[in-house]
Amino acid sequence: MNQDTFVISAIVSNEAGTLTRVSGLFSRRGFNISSLSVGETEDPHISRITLTSSGDANMREQIIKQLNKLHDVKVVELMDTSKTVLRELLLVKVQADAKRRSEIYEAASVFRAKVVDLSPSSLTIEITGESSKLDAFIEYIHPFGITELSRTGLTAMGRGDYILKNQTI
Amino acid sequence: MNGAEIIVNTLIEQGVDCVFGYPGGYVIKIYDELYKASPKIKHYLSCHEQGATHAADGYARATGKTGVVIATSGPGATNLVTGIATAYLDSTPLVAITGNVAIPQIGRDSFQEVDIFGVTMPITKHNFLVKDISKLADTLRTAFQIANEGRPGPVLIDIPKDIQTMEYDFEEKAKYTTDRNTEVSDTAIANAAEIIKHAKKPFLYIGGGVVASDAGKEIMEFAEMIDAPIGSTMMGLTSVPNTLPHFLGMTGMHGRFAATKMMYAADVIVAIGVRFSDRATGNIEAYTRGRKIIHIDIDPAEVGKNIQAYASLIGDVKSVMKKLIAVTAKQSRPEWVKEVADIKASKHNNIKMSDARLNPQYIIEEVNRQVADDTLIVTDVGQHQMWASQYYNFSKPRTFLTSGGLGTMGFGMGASIGGCIGADRRRTVLFTGDGSFHMNFNEMATAVSNELPIIVVVFNNNVLGMVRQWQTLFYEKRYSNTTLNRKTNFVDLAKALGAEGFRANSCEEFKEVFEKALALSTPVIIDAAIYNDETVLPMIAPGGTVEDIIIRGED
Repeated sequence: MNQDTFVISAIVSNEAGTLTRVSGLFSRRGFNISSLSVGETEDPHISRITLTSSGDANMREQIIKQLNKLHDVKVVELMDTSKTVLRELLLVKVQADAKRRSEIYEAASVFRAKVVDLSPSSLTIEITGESSKLDAFIEYIHPFGITELSRTGLTAMGRGDYILKNQTI
Repeated sequence: MNGAEIIVNTLIEQGVDCVFGYPGGYVIKIYDELYKASPKIKHYLSCHEQGATHAADGYARATGKTGVVIATSGPGATNLVTGIATAYLDSTPLVAITGNVAIPQIGRDSFQEVDIFGVTMPITKHNFLVKDISKLADTLRTAFQIANEGRPGPVLIDIPKDIQTMEYDFEEKAKYTTDRNTEVSDTAIANAAEIIKHAKKPFLYIGGGVVASDAGKEIMEFAEMIDAPIGSTMMGLTSVPNTLPHFLGMTGMHGRFAATKMMYAADVIVAIGVRFSDRATGNIEAYTRGRKIIHIDIDPAEVGKNIQAYASLIGDVKSVMKKLIAVTAKQSRPEWVKEVADIKASKHNNIKMSDARLNPQYIIEEVNRQVADDTLIVTDVGQHQMWASQYYNFSKPRTFLTSGGLGTMGFGMGASIGGCIGADRRRTVLFTGDGSFHMNFNEMATAVSNELPIIVVVFNNNVLGMVRQWQTLFYEKRYSNTTLNRKTNFVDLAKALGAEGFRANSCEEFKEVFEKALALSTPVIIDAAIYNDETVLPMIAPGGTVEDIIIRGED
């Protein structure tokens, strides 16, 4: 991960507009978002957001403080990435006729990726891992011809006792 | 109870006895319930929704209570936007209630439908779209809570028409309580006290947070204890009596000479309830170089936003100051006190405009001489606002209503109405310009309907003076669209609106007509003719420092 890049996890209320509030805050204050993933938690009233951004220490501090001011944001944590499991999922459709398939299968196996769909002219591959691994896989697969590609953005969870607790609900 | 009844009952439960607004198709039901609930709750009808939000904002600024404004959907709601943004920038507690089309009609571009929830998201502390009648009352309660807790601000609640007619149980609950974060640590207090103790030239820099927290008394006590002068932002001007010997007035772009000089001379600035706006600091690098800043504020996000503080104390200003006072012993700094007194008495700090012609300084100071201490002073935005900030001596908190952060021309008329009503119809003087007044003078009709004792002093120079001043200084006198050339006769206008009107062309005339105006208890407009190249000085150009200060030559 780039030195300026950081990961923020947030527990938010699962309300209409919460995501707009969070992303709107970033654009309004001139912070950038590299990736954002969000989903409902085991409690349907609560969602969890993972966000990656970049900037110096002051910006990092401001982002955390400004997020904390949002009424819908219950917990915000600047993740200590050395104690955090970071994962991203990628789906990529690669041009592959019968002759080149085995090469791609081989790459997929080295990267622990899975082929999830097959057509006469293409393969669709699913791969999860840290973003750097996904980047490496994309770089390798690029010369074969990428038809389309979709990444979920990073999601994160602290290891062991490193837990984000929602104190207010 | 139907939804509209729940709304009105929750407002009453939350201590609201007056609201500002304008009816329309999607709030008819709410207005019907307001009608039935009268006189428990009084509604003031404005001429335009913008005036109603400024009135609710002015009400909140004058009283410290929550201002409430009601508007219909679509254009009614969008007309609130400037008023909400004004309240947001100046941290005023405001609850805006808008009607909207029925839930099944939302998203269909229905008649008078607008996504006001989306529109106001960046200019509210929080906002709601109520889609469930069972949550209506609690949503309103939460709105009051959010508007008042910590750093205050506006909250909007958008309520579709069908929610207003649905039936649900209503159970009265308690009024909101304000949580004013008081948990500042003893170590942080001790650390700050230590820094101040070792300061040679401490300076107290106070802002709107002191007014919000009602901490003027503590500020005065602390300033005495440590022999520090006080400078203020525009928003903080009413915190302490301006006649205090060590009060130096407003700092910043158009701050008083002594205030700016001493702030730059200080080695420790104790910044209290301020947010270091670019208009207040000028060049940030020069501002922070060689001095330690202790930042005290209730909003942690303010620390480090514009300025890197050397130390910070997060919490309610009043309780932080009390704790700071408790650990501080009397400190004596005779040399610093003398330096401050000398500069305060210096020629540059006491330049007067010539009374040979009617001039802004005379107008402000004459009003100051004639009115009572608790008079509400309101402004619009521009030169007149700076003159009022520089030359008026405030003596009571919450007696100065002005749009600081957003700088909203057209704020004054609405704010005067709301402030005057909030302060039990106390004497109110609005200083405005012929530019600002033309924006929203329609609300003069509202002031007349309600027979409010508001005197409007129009600084009439036939130009947009502040922009013109910049054009003179920075754009080689190309006066693009700042010469108004209006033919408005303000005396006739006043009469047409049912108010009284006077004109003044000299200092003597102004003194005389203001006395006459003050003898009346109904709205008055005074057309005060001033020279079109009258300037606001001192001035530090944007990004400048104390070295770049431009002061007035002697007239």
